[in-house]
Amino acid sequence: MANEPVAIGVDVGSTTCKVVVIDGDGAILDHRVEPTHPRIEQQTTRLIGELSATLGRALPVGATGYGRQRVFGATRVLTEITCHARGAFCRVGRAAVLVDMGGQDTKIIRVGDDGAVGDFAMNDKCAAGTGRFLEVILGRLQVPFDEVWLHVSRADHGIAVSSTCTVFAESEVISLVAEGQELDGILRGLHESLAKRVASLAGALPPDASVVMSGGVALNAAMVRALSSALRREVRVLPEPQLVGALGAALSVR
Amino acid sequence: MIGVVGKLGRRRLEYEVVKRLVGPLLTEVESARARVKSFRKRGHQPKGPFGPPLESARKLKELMTRHYLEGRYADGAVPVAWVTSGFPVEVLRPLGFHAVYPENHAALCAVQRVVPHLSEAIEQQGYSRDLCSYPRADLGSVVLQETPVGRLPRPDLLCCCTNICQTTLYWYRALAAHFHVPLVLVDPPFVYGEAKPHHREYVRDQLEELLDVAGKVAGRRATMDEIVEVTRLAREGTLLWGECLAESRNRPAPWTGIDGFFHIAPIVALRGKPECNAYYRQLRDELRHRVDKGIGGIRDERHRLLWDNLPIWFDVRGTATLLAERGFNFVCTSYTNAWAEAGSRIDPADPLGSAVIAYTDIILNQDLGKRYATLARLAEEYTCDGAVLHSDRSCKPYSIGQLDLKQRLAKDLGIKVMVLEADHGDPRAYAVEQGHGRLTAFMESFA
Repeated sequence: MANEPVAIGVDVGSTTCKVVVIDGDGAILDHRVEPTHPRIEQQTTRLIGELSATLGRALPVGATGYGRQRVFGATRVLTEITCHARGAFCRVGRAAVLVDMGGQDTKIIRVGDDGAVGDFAMNDKCAAGTGRFLEVILGRLQVPFDEVWLHVSRADHGIAVSSTCTVFAESEVISLVAEGQELDGILRGLHESLAKRVASLAGALPPDASVVMSGGVALNAAMVRALSSALRREVRVLPEPQLVGALGAALSVR
Repeated sequence: MIGVVGKLGRRRLEYEVVKRLVGPLLTEVESARARVKSFRKRGHQPKGPFGPPLESARKLKELMTRHYLEGRYADGAVPVAWVTSGFPVEVLRPLGFHAVYPENHAALCAVQRVVPHLSEAIEQQGYSRDLCSYPRADLGSVVLQETPVGRLPRPDLLCCCTNICQTTLYWYRALAAHFHVPLVLVDPPFVYGEAKPHHREYVRDQLEELLDVAGKVAGRRATMDEIVEVTRLAREGTLLWGECLAESRNRPAPWTGIDGFFHIAPIVALRGKPECNAYYRQLRDELRHRVDKGIGGIRDERHRLLWDNLPIWFDVRGTATLLAERGFNFVCTSYTNAWAEAGSRIDPADPLGSAVIAYTDIILNQDLGKRYATLARLAEEYTCDGAVLHSDRSCKPYSIGQLDLKQRLAKDLGIKVMVLEADHGDPRAYAVEQGHGRLTAFMESFA
């Protein structure tokens, strides 16, 4: 039923903890986003408690994310792959290729006509190609997240950053800075390098496959543009991309 | 001279005492203890997602314990050969060689999770961590003189067959340099399509040479009658192993693929010996009994999977439990199947000629098309609705081409397939949490 809260979804990611309240149509009525606390049980219990208090009653809770097993009282626990697929399907209503770039990993999920996971691919266990990678490099360059797009859009061309290993890329970027290369070009090259890695993970996509994006990195417009260029097609960012996993978790207990 | 003979005689006496008295006695004591334990637990239903444990598992432990116990006293008593898993051991058995399988030993080290410790010793000498974890574990074990089995006998001969990978050659060369003993190589050419006559001739020449070298080390040459008898036993053993595996075509499968990974040990390390065949006869009969009674390897088998490549030895139980809790069972694996495939090719009527074929046409020595055909056939024969292809960092020859295999299996058979990146021996190369997360997501996709 529209506007009537029916479920809570919790997505405990490596970087942020997301909690949403949805109605019967999958619309997000309320949400919370906080940096993930090491004591996941306490944090999620508090957040769920706050939302339940606002609603005046308890709702079924779906949990996902790497800390999903630590969500007390969860009615259902599912992996983020399944939840992101469900959340994305709820938003687009048809088959799509979902690129989820989160803090710890990047996933390519083929969502079928029925919203089920057809296939998926993920980055290896290292942080290459993830939100954490960007976070480290931007931190080193002292560029705030909301200024990234400004820098990248000013660059005429990207300065190649060949390494996507977080540690090696950081060294490489330091070298480029030391050589006097323009910050804007370095940032553009960094995003292009990352996008190529994601594109190779996605493999050959059918020509008519529509690509949608979720995860915190989708809030970075420079990354979306670089990814569109690497995949040679429009990448559509889902509404409230950071909340798609939590939405999927809530949908699973709706 | 007298002193040497006396020393050899004492070693032989110790070896025979251990083999004929101590080993059987320990086995009996262990068996009695197990019976007492079993009696105390009578009527007690095991908890968890697995079916009742296999009775044969106790016998397996006894068999392998005795094998390694005898090995401790073998050097100086009988000729000792260190042998790669795909080596034509039938040629060595008649000469009384005690065969040590470093791969089998490394797997044991991996199960015991001591590979990082052993590997670090050899990494400090310059060996790369990118090498297969089997040679790293074994070379580390040699350098440190540490092993979970107490002691490995010093080799008199090193026997390497490159039908599983080229790394074995460099590994055995390192062993040869360390032990200063002869290294004999059997090098079957990689097979695209079918092996050509000149390929077979080339391998046959190497087997003839092997007979000479092994004979010199053992002090006598094997007669053809002896080789025929061992070949007969090896054929029977591999066929029996195949029959054990084939029982999993039933629903529910009477055991798990994970069980199979452990019960493979005799066909690798004791192939061509009567005790190996006796063991598999017992195991096969037990599996048939379980099939008759409808007893499954897991309690609630809802999905049947194919596993490709070696297991993740140090997380075998964790992986199996994760799957079994959700009703998934690995009912067949290309790895365990590889040891049954050769059975039909070994022919006592033509021991050397058939050994050429059996040891050349093995899965890791064949082109991708044949590997695909094997996987597709297994998936159909065992009615699998999914497959997990283990991309094994340690075993590149087994892992290469898996992305293509994945796509073809999914497209041609309509089954779900995933590639899992891990390692068969080194836990430092595997993130358990991420691996289990991916397996869980894979299982969720069956809903």
